[in-house]
Amino acid sequence: MPSPRYWREVPARFRLEAVRCRGCGKVVYPARRVCPGCRGTDLEPLALSRSGTVVTSTVIHVAPAEFAMETPYAVAIVETPEGARLMAQVVDCELPEVKPGLKVNLEFRLIRQEGHGGILCYGHKAVPEA
Amino acid sequence: MAGIVGYGAYIPRKRITAQEIARQWGKDPATIEQGLLLKEKSVPGLDEDTVTIAVAAGRVALQRAGIDPQKVGALYIGSESHPYAVKPSGTIVVEALGIGPRVHVADMEFACKAGTEAMFVALGLVESGRVEYAMGIGADTSQGAPNDALEFSASAGGAAYLFGRADPLAEVLETFSYTTDTPDFWRREGRFYPRHGGRFTGEPAYFKHVLAATRGILEKSGLKPQDFAFAVFHMPNGKFPLAAGKTLGFTKRQLETGWLVPTMGNTYSGSSPTGLAAVLDVAAAGDLILITSFGSGAGSDSFVLKATPRLAERRRLGATVRAMLDGKRRYLTYGQYASYREKIILND
Repeated sequence: MPSPRYWREVPARFRLEAVRCRGCGKVVYPARRVCPGCRGTDLEPLALSRSGTVVTSTVIHVAPAEFAMETPYAVAIVETPEGARLMAQVVDCELPEVKPGLKVNLEFRLIRQEGHGGILCYGHKAVPEA
Repeated sequence: MAGIVGYGAYIPRKRITAQEIARQWGKDPATIEQGLLLKEKSVPGLDEDTVTIAVAAGRVALQRAGIDPQKVGALYIGSESHPYAVKPSGTIVVEALGIGPRVHVADMEFACKAGTEAMFVALGLVESGRVEYAMGIGADTSQGAPNDALEFSASAGGAAYLFGRADPLAEVLETFSYTTDTPDFWRREGRFYPRHGGRFTGEPAYFKHVLAATRGILEKSGLKPQDFAFAVFHMPNGKFPLAAGKTLGFTKRQLETGWLVPTMGNTYSGSSPTGLAAVLDVAAAGDLILITSFGSGAGSDSFVLKATPRLAERRRLGATVRAMLDGKRRYLTYGQYASYREKIILND
């Protein structure tokens, strides 16, 4: 993820900014200019709740080098109350508890580092509700 | 009168016990648990740093305040573990909190009192009328060298305070600062771990500054120790804040609510601010609260606050410090701890 691309994604990654189509009501995350549901262009901004439910998940045992120290770790598709779905690492959890239906909060975390000298990339990870 | 209109804290969920660290280095755990009054400490995950702690605490502060983040005109973060050497933590935090870009941002550093330093400046800007709201944050993922006494205490966490004039949860009645050049603890540029002067960190450093700042604010405000419902002193270990409080005439009952160090550790810039958050979690309207920080180098900031009726209503909008300390947590072995704190040398 080169720095300019990361920078362009800051509204979605940092503040979970999405859009809702005024035509068909679909919530689109990250925000787009054209609704993938009805191809409408009348979209209103919407900040997603920082909570959701696990739709499906997996456990990564063989990770890319930059995540090697975190294995094994869970990754899940999380659906927010607005109906948006996003993929997020699930942390501060016991791996067997990460199953469909698990209620999670989305917390701001360090996602990755661009090598030892590069920028730090932040975003949201899912944490099971207390 | 200006005061705290919102506050929040965050403590990571991982822990390591003093017993586990002592076992690693062949030390007597009873010496640590009974001498320094330390049982366990928080440990940051690989994905937690000063920025993520500041964002977590800042979000709760904004929730409790119930204000538009765009009205926040200044944000300062005090820490000695800013993740970048050059690039302010505050730039990331304001983006995540939805503050700015019309905002003044700076990172601050003053060992363990950088958090109250940020609060002091934020309060001053609000009092002057320069900005409507300003946030001061103290957060750290503290470093302690392996097999050093600091390893038993250096932990992670922090708290955020939003200052404003309208509808405060706690009014700030008085402030006082006391600063000298005292080389009790330091970290040179490029060095991974801080160094300290051992026993020199006690009388000429911690106690001199904490006692002087507290006596200064008591004299300035005309208040006596018995006027306060709660008092919080910086917590480098369990023993020092209790000893400072006793010397000044405070009772253990006044200190125990904000005395988090036995199970939280020393969160450095987040230490006394997190203790204050624990007090605000329970304080009643009209309660007077004293907080005195300490930062090596050295200096102390003192604040006198008075809780308002609004506090009880707004604090429900966020998790309490005690819930984070006593809630779900995961205990690490020393090996896991060394890995999380990146103390293990790896190949590229």
